[in-house]
Amino acid sequence: MFDDIERRFRALAPAVESCTLRIERRREERLEVERDTPGPRRAGESFGGMVTVRHRGGLGYAATSDLSETGLAAAIGRAVDLAALSAQRMVPGFPEPAPLTAEAAYFGPEQRPWAEIRLGDRMAMLMDASRRLRIDERIADWGASFWSIDKEQLFLDAAGGRIAQRFHYLMPFLWASASAQGETQRRSFGDAGMRVGGAEVLDQLDFAAAPDRIARDAIDLLEAPNCPEGRMDLVLSPDQMVLQIHESIGHPLELDRILGDERNYAGTSFVTPDMFGTYRYGSELLNITFDPTVAQEVASYAYDDEGSEATREYLIRDGILMRPLGGATSQARAGLGGVANERACSWNRPPIDRMSNINLEPGEGTLADLVGRVERGVYMESNRSWSIDDSRNKFQFGCEYAREIKDGRLGRVLRNPNYRGISAEFWRSLKGVGGRETWEVAGTPYCGKGEPNQAIKVGHATPPCLFGAVDVFGGH
Amino acid sequence: MRAHFEAVAAEVQANLKGGEDFLANFRAEDSTFIRFNKSAVRQPGQVREAELAVDLIDGRRHAESSISLSGEIGEDRSRIARMVSDLRGVLGDVPEDPYLLVSDTVQPSTRQIGEAPPPPDEIIDAVIQAGSGRDLVGFVAGGPVWTGFANGRGQRNWDEATSFNADWSFYAGGDKAVKTGYAGFAWDRRAFARIAADAAGRLEALTRPPRTIPPGEYRAFLTPAALNEIMAMLVWGGFGLNAHRTRATIFLRMIEGGARLDERVTLTEATAEGAAPSFQREGFVKPPSVTLIDRGAYRDCLVSPRSAAEYGAVTNGASRGETPASLSMAAGELPEADGLKALGTGVYVSNLWYLNFSDRSAGRLTGMTRFATFWVENGEIVAPLNVMRFDDTIYRMLGTSLEALTAERQLLLDPGTYDGRNLDSVHLPGALLSALRFTL
Repeated sequence: MFDDIERRFRALAPAVESCTLRIERRREERLEVERDTPGPRRAGESFGGMVTVRHRGGLGYAATSDLSETGLAAAIGRAVDLAALSAQRMVPGFPEPAPLTAEAAYFGPEQRPWAEIRLGDRMAMLMDASRRLRIDERIADWGASFWSIDKEQLFLDAAGGRIAQRFHYLMPFLWASASAQGETQRRSFGDAGMRVGGAEVLDQLDFAAAPDRIARDAIDLLEAPNCPEGRMDLVLSPDQMVLQIHESIGHPLELDRILGDERNYAGTSFVTPDMFGTYRYGSELLNITFDPTVAQEVASYAYDDEGSEATREYLIRDGILMRPLGGATSQARAGLGGVANERACSWNRPPIDRMSNINLEPGEGTLADLVGRVERGVYMESNRSWSIDDSRNKFQFGCEYAREIKDGRLGRVLRNPNYRGISAEFWRSLKGVGGRETWEVAGTPYCGKGEPNQAIKVGHATPPCLFGAVDVFGGH
Repeated sequence: MRAHFEAVAAEVQANLKGGEDFLANFRAEDSTFIRFNKSAVRQPGQVREAELAVDLIDGRRHAESSISLSGEIGEDRSRIARMVSDLRGVLGDVPEDPYLLVSDTVQPSTRQIGEAPPPPDEIIDAVIQAGSGRDLVGFVAGGPVWTGFANGRGQRNWDEATSFNADWSFYAGGDKAVKTGYAGFAWDRRAFARIAADAAGRLEALTRPPRTIPPGEYRAFLTPAALNEIMAMLVWGGFGLNAHRTRATIFLRMIEGGARLDERVTLTEATAEGAAPSFQREGFVKPPSVTLIDRGAYRDCLVSPRSAAEYGAVTNGASRGETPASLSMAAGELPEADGLKALGTGVYVSNLWYLNFSDRSAGRLTGMTRFATFWVENGEIVAPLNVMRFDDTIYRMLGTSLEALTAERQLLLDPGTYDGRNLDSVHLPGALLSALRFTL
């Protein structure tokens, strides 16, 4: 089907400086068992394309779910018209188009194809997980779900370029909430557990063992004391580091924010263009990469959605800010380097600067080594609350689960753990980074940004980390 | 577009076999999206799309699938036939669903509101003119959104809402801005220019040297836009029957511990006042209003058909997520023009941002001030404030600390476009608080 559309596009391509077509077919399936009752199977197929025209300094895009010859011709016409309207009125520094002539293909790994597991077997796995979650009458809500996505993309440039990419994503999810005497505590598994792959993702994440653990944790939390308040050392698990990196490094480094595009919606950034190359973002232990080469991570790809080739780059090296998260358009506007991160969440949204895989490179040692360095502090796992100012500086994050740390050892369970800080200061208090064996790959499909709005998949891989003198507090 | 909807619904019906039944939900939009930065165009575009979701039902077994429609009936007939066949193939592998509940009363409806927004060149001209000599950043979306429902009993519901939503900020510098919007169903060039000029006129106060206040408790005035951010947190699992029965609701202290909000707080899902369609995906039609909180006490939940079946309740046509689409708060008595005077000395909050729960069971929220927040002394704006984090409970903000609600309310149409252009709205007053707790 894509071949027919490609022929139509190449035959219809107008006489303009640049015309591209990005086609996407996304098939999804959501399965859920809620409180031991299977919900309906929900599937979907979204299929369409976006034509983008650049001509004489103008830009226009037109998306359509009609990729017939008539529909495609109409979309091209609308994009041409919009490019003419916007010529001479685009933002300062909007670059000349750079035609793509390369041909390439990238297919994410799927070792054990998800589609080969019978629907009945997929449901049986969820039912088994659900039944293992209600270990106590105080478990008030529980359930299990699988969300699988198969995405095929073809990016065509009328100049001859052709990039084909395909990915299969899987996100298993479990939850258990315990409630008694006006208090509810929720524990979950997989909130940042989306990966590229098939059934092997379940093994990678140890899905089979998770129900017993999170159910027990939920009951423990219900009986636990509140997290103490004060300035103390803080050890964050990889599944909370994901959020910390995302909100207070990823977003502030997005070049379109720095250029002001997002000021009306997602926000601006405390980072300014003059900081790159000199600004101390964190301690010397902080090394952050843009890495599209970790195959199972959700934003691994060969080319971004504007046809730029993706390569691994350091954003922060030894604590020094090196490079923004900006694609070719933003790089030209800002006069800065960048990465291949112009991405769209679907065929019906235009590419903008997004995080992709933003990873914290490992240091040395185990989680126990990090905890062993703490005289008095808290260990926190699994994000449950996130809030940060529009410049991505003042934050407050909360977690599902915490343990007290005393004299280098994990102690009692604590509930309602929260901490707050300021990005520009927080990363300088980084005192310990776990080693390669503690480094975990995570991914979320819920990064929101852009006008029109787009929720996109981003990956983060990170070890646990230790921070000094953090403002920690509990609930009520 | 309605003819296409009728044709695809008929095609679904024609593909049924034996005792099969179906629910069909149709959604299409033809949207112009124009994004601006620095008073210039950043990304202009248009999105035309249509989608059909079908729930194929055989007894108590059912499965749902959605497809993109091309708009060309021959091609779409092929896609529908394939989808229904695929769904039939799945039904044998899914268990019976004890909580399946569909409407057995045929309640057809038709609504058509709005008129075509101006063409893109006129919008671009108007926005660039409004931003001339200023730093304008924002977004305009407009065009028709079509929503349709069909089932095997012959029920057809159709909603065509042609609207626009201009949402923009004039920046004074740094992170200080006047954010405003102009949304509705009939674009009036002069109304847009008037609102833009009024917003620009408010920039002066933001150019004064900003202040930073230490953490602590301060008197505060929340505009309707700021209060809307707090309402968005209540909406997030607060009002649904499922959230109440599973004890996940932010109102847990109200339903289990006898806590109350101030008696001036009355919240309603006011479908008749809002812009969203009055029907939902299982074919139920929503009542004109559902009172959620009545004079400070929790009253009714939003009940989806699934929750109704699970908990033995009666559905009130709520969506699957059991979230309000047209939340309305009763007005108070404080004239809006007296807001600063009534505040006296404290913090005037135009906008809040990025709220989340500090402790959901305790009804405790945190979030940031954004765009334009001012330090006020003796009823006069003194200086813009640098952004501050608040962390407080709904039982204080809408309870013991609530001094007044304004007599005037604002109808705010949701500018959201995540899964297509949103038709949700809120109708809210401003709120005067005797204390708001700032922490960072």
